[in-house]
Amino acid sequence: MSEPTPPAAKPPLSRERAQQARRRVLRTILLTGGVMGAALSGFLPLVYAQKKRLRPPGALDEKDFLSSCIKCGQCVQVCPVQAIKLADLVDGVGVGTPYIDAREQACDFSCDAVQCILACPTGSLVYKKPAFLGVRKGAKLAAAPILKAKEKDPEPTLNLSERIGVARLTRPEACLAIQGKGFKGQVRGASFKGRMRYMEVNRWKPIAVSEHPYDLAECDLCVRECPVKGAISIETVFAPDGSKRKSPVVHEPCVGCGVCEMICPVEPTCIVIEAREVWNT
Amino acid sequence: MNQYLKRRFFEQIAVMFGREPKKPEAISERAQEIHVLKRATNKERLQAAIVAHQDRKSVHTWRNRRWAVLIAANLLFTFSFWFDIQILEGALTASRFVGFHLIDLNSALQVMLAHKHIIVNLVIGTVTVFVLWLLLGGRSFCSWVCPYHLLAELAENIHLYLVRKKLVTDQNIDRRLRSLSWIVFAILAAATGYTVFEAISPTGILSRALIYGPALALLWVLALLVFEVFFSRRAWCRYACPIGLTYGVVGIFSPVRIKYKLDSCFHEGDCRKVCLVPHVLDTVIKGRAVDTEIPIGPDCTRCGLCVDTCPTGSLTFDVKGLSKLL
Repeated sequence: MSEPTPPAAKPPLSRERAQQARRRVLRTILLTGGVMGAALSGFLPLVYAQKKRLRPPGALDEKDFLSSCIKCGQCVQVCPVQAIKLADLVDGVGVGTPYIDAREQACDFSCDAVQCILACPTGSLVYKKPAFLGVRKGAKLAAAPILKAKEKDPEPTLNLSERIGVARLTRPEACLAIQGKGFKGQVRGASFKGRMRYMEVNRWKPIAVSEHPYDLAECDLCVRECPVKGAISIETVFAPDGSKRKSPVVHEPCVGCGVCEMICPVEPTCIVIEAREVWNT
Repeated sequence: MNQYLKRRFFEQIAVMFGREPKKPEAISERAQEIHVLKRATNKERLQAAIVAHQDRKSVHTWRNRRWAVLIAANLLFTFSFWFDIQILEGALTASRFVGFHLIDLNSALQVMLAHKHIIVNLVIGTVTVFVLWLLLGGRSFCSWVCPYHLLAELAENIHLYLVRKKLVTDQNIDRRLRSLSWIVFAILAAATGYTVFEAISPTGILSRALIYGPALALLWVLALLVFEVFFSRRAWCRYACPIGLTYGVVGIFSPVRIKYKLDSCFHEGDCRKVCLVPHVLDTVIKGRAVDTEIPIGPDCTRCGLCVDTCPTGSLTFDVKGLSKLL
């Protein structure tokens, strides 16, 4: 061999060497601590798993969703109205996981076939849950939802077995329908970016909501634009004082898509989606 | 593979998991001869040759090719979404190449451990990517695709500049940490049912930021880069990233690797200076090569920096079997 062989026994480390070794251990601990500390912050969404955020259609229950989502955003890419966004660090629902902010852009099922579920590579979004995952009571839809847009098609239903939330009239006092008022003009104003598919305009191309002004003698936007058949209707109800009045009423087929929340012209909205809420009879 | 190379093959796997490379216990006869011959070589002539090579213009052939591939791959993701050309949809964690599933091995592993339920698409994507990187060289994922690698290379240049100015020194860290972090994140995923590594993976964060727009999570990536610039050279890739280890394991049997030729080597050590994982190049140290031709171990990212740097062409890309075939 080319080099002189080193002595067989290890000489004791010099003081400098020992110090170097000690420092290296400290640095290793430092980096471990840094990475693990950052990782711990990653657990926050699990702690806050109760924080309600609307997930895309077909999402598993929150804990299972967080464990299976691979954070690739393929659901984001296929959505024709780009209703799905990816969560950031500060959103507290898991970095890179998808969610829907219905007021900004609801899922209007203009893809006709819940494409996001089809796109999901890990089964975080599913048409039907695998057998080993339980279905929360009231989460299951009584029947496959009928898409109003597809009502005349041979197959009018949407392949969706569970709801992602339920719409609820949270501010009835401000609701135009209850007050018997109409609505004229652009819902949400000219600057609103939200888009929707209007069958009478173009079945295959969603347009900006602002490009589709309304002129309604009596506001029924949440009912008119709800993509699911029989999910919401204007009913005549009795007010506490005994007088008759009209009010939007949510029914069992509601899947929680959020179109009513997006389209409500009142600020802030009168009707919201309670994310992950189940149907209570 | 002779017994010397076989022993080295297994040792290199241990080195990948964090063991320090050791002086080989046995060296083939032919290699010993060359080692002896090299001692007898005229020192001045050797020195003159080294100086001549140091004066030449720096070569960046493989680095430029690699950067082009890395940028193209990441932009293909971005453009597939932006311009809806739908060639490569998704992000680096999981995607579809013209409809065919591709899933990052480490992400897939995390999801499998956390969710404990594996659907067909996940298997298809994982197997595809496994075969792909088995053929293309395992950790070549790191240097040829991972967007963090590119940023870290730029940060590394700043770091090396500061080192030359004597403003910082590279603080090395125990390489076993990477194996530890692999185990810890695997256990965390399985125990908590949450893929926590995905929340801090700079690869995933960067890939998503490139496709879906910037996010605050980039601050964590920035923190890592700052750490690497001022404190420890290439710390994340060298000492922490479990993705690298996962692909390293895939690359154990990969036919694509860097090959070292002993007889032409000057042992001046330039390759070890540019290498992200210099422990795989321990064999270029004088007297350490166990044979005349040595494949570099699985922790090598096949980045080609050593190939560009080597003044004598002793390090080259090699495809096992192919060179024999040709």
